[in-house]
Amino acid sequence: MAGATQRSEAATGLALVAPPLVYAVALLAVPMAVIVLFSFWTQDYLDLDTTLTLDNYREAWTDPIYRELMARSVYISGVVTLITVVLAFPVAYYISFHVAPERKALWIFLVTIPFWTSYLVRIFLWKVILGFNGVLNTSLIGIGLIDAPLTVILYNLNAVVIALAHAFAPFAILPIFVALERIDRSLLEAARDLGETARSAFVRVTLPLAMPGVVAASLIVFIPTIGDYITPRLVGGPGGLMIANMIQTQFLRLNNAPMGATLAVLAMLIVSGIALLFVLANRRFLKRRG
Amino acid sequence: MTPLISLAGVEKYYGDYHALRDLTLEIGAGEFFSLLGPSGCGKTTLLRTIAGFETPSSGSLRIDGRDMTGVPANRRPTNMVFQSYAIFPHLSVAENVGFGLRRAAGSRAEKMKKVEEALEMVGLSGFGKRAAHALSGGQRQRVALARALILKPKVLLLDEPMSALDKKLREQMQGELRRLQRQVGITFILVTHDQEEALIMSDRIAVMFDGRIAQLDTPQRLYRAPVNRQVAEFIGMMNFLPGELRREDGRFVASIRGLGTIPLPEEQVPTGAGPGPAQFGLRPESLSVVFGSEALPTGCFSDGTVAERAYYGDMTYYDIALSDGAAPITCSMRNLVSRPVLERGTKVRLAWEPGALCIFPG
Ligand SMILES: Nc1ncnc2c1ncn2[C@@H]1O[C@H](COP(=O)(O)OP(=O)(O)O)[C@@H](O)[C@H]1O
Ligand SMILES: [Mg+2]
Repeated sequence: MAGATQRSEAATGLALVAPPLVYAVALLAVPMAVIVLFSFWTQDYLDLDTTLTLDNYREAWTDPIYRELMARSVYISGVVTLITVVLAFPVAYYISFHVAPERKALWIFLVTIPFWTSYLVRIFLWKVILGFNGVLNTSLIGIGLIDAPLTVILYNLNAVVIALAHAFAPFAILPIFVALERIDRSLLEAARDLGETARSAFVRVTLPLAMPGVVAASLIVFIPTIGDYITPRLVGGPGGLMIANMIQTQFLRLNNAPMGATLAVLAMLIVSGIALLFVLANRRFLKRRG
Repeated sequence: MTPLISLAGVEKYYGDYHALRDLTLEIGAGEFFSLLGPSGCGKTTLLRTIAGFETPSSGSLRIDGRDMTGVPANRRPTNMVFQSYAIFPHLSVAENVGFGLRRAAGSRAEKMKKVEEALEMVGLSGFGKRAAHALSGGQRQRVALARALILKPKVLLLDEPMSALDKKLREQMQGELRRLQRQVGITFILVTHDQEEALIMSDRIAVMFDGRIAQLDTPQRLYRAPVNRQVAEFIGMMNFLPGELRREDGRFVASIRGLGTIPLPEEQVPTGAGPGPAQFGLRPESLSVVFGSEALPTGCFSDGTVAERAYYGDMTYYDIALSDGAAPITCSMRNLVSRPVLERGTKVRLAWEPGALCIFPG
């Protein structure tokens, strides 16, 4: 009896999760499997050679162009993550600790304002701001700080970093804000009571308790930026291109889908590896919080 | 008594809200002092003012002879056990207890020894390595106590420390806290809304209503001689009987509805009270029910009927309807084997001690 009930319960459960499961498999697992499969094939001019081989990986690993693009992508993402999180923390802290409770929702709403316009539009705005005759340069020349327009701010790596850091700021603010909101304020008073100054209480209590939010923010920024394609394409110039641009080139221009797939798989592995390191490094914070 | 803490004319406003009104009091060294009052009367605000988390709007606060104006919480000789205990969830039990020792002198080994001693004092030996979030409510409270006491403060402030515990544990912790206070000799200031807890534990109690101290006294005086009806209602149970205070031949006489007229000794009448209508208070244990052939205690008597009864095991509470139709009077009797528990409707005589009468003019 009990066994039968259990089985029918399991069956019901399975029936309930089946549609989303199918959905997840169709949209995530299948494309992923196809990409992985492609990466073991090779392109022979117009023909696809479906013998399984590691040739692409060998090439991707040894060709300096791929290595440089990969390294640059990791570097740009790392810098963007660092800048975004470091700038997002004070904003989240201010909203959580210094904005009246009834105003917090409004502030969070304001933080999301950049999402109201398309990312493409925002990128073009950055071009307007950072360009040779752009807002920034004309202003700086106008007030006499520089004589000639700065060229280091557009069509290079710096421009990519600036545009991405701006785009991902809300994504970093929100998880940090949530982590800060969860901190029981009496813990900070307890720290003061036990002899800490406001600053040392921040270091000994607020910061460690906000760590899960910081880690989440870092991952949320790092993972998508490493594969970003639009930003480097529009403001990166030749020196600011990233791995996603190469993947696109392989697929569409060079008609070499297997090589593109290989680069995609490698990028994925690198991201997973770094994300894993992050999570492991933060284990002790998470574990102790329970 | 040398005052360790003295407040003079302390006021606290939150915007327009007047949270503390003209508080003037002194608390002695080594005293177990309680702030008792209903929720919202300003107990926590007063405690936090002493701790340095709130600044008085006016008035002065001195601790150990030092004016505390502008002295932040981290530099006051006070430590606090928070209502939520405020145990750091990212630290172990030992790290929690040793949190305040960072700035103290001494080697790491000495500090670890201190932590171990503090844990032993609160009955948590060997718990040091545990994660703080895995503790039970009672254990968290002990950690909070150890964490505060390890710094040897002049004053330990406790904000409703027992309110999160179940009844059995609460009673046990009340005893332990009292014992601990005697052992360390530190001044304890306990905030509570539980009158029984305040009576059990304190040397002196300040009863607060609406930001004011209504009465500051020892537990016994507070129970025996509440200064007004509000205090009397808050502490223990009391029957309030309307009547009149009269003067006959230069002596006070109480005429109480349902209980008759009796002379009162001068010292029992509150100073400044004159003839006129008054409320007379009698605690249930000052009344006894006499049934059948039981020997009559000394005192005054009235006839009545058992209108309601509540059996508590050790005690039985009777509501006695008096013959003249006044509101029933509650009376408590210890349950002895030789004493029957009376049924409703039983005719009884009510005996009461005139000396226990509290008089509230007006
Ligand atoms: N920070 C604050 N801002 C405004 N009002 C407050 C604040 N803290 C306490 N109060 C008010 O002061 C009154 C007394 O509060 P409290 O001292 O916490 O009472 P108790 O501890 O006796 O229950 C309450 O009515 C409360 O709403
Ligand atoms: Mg309170």
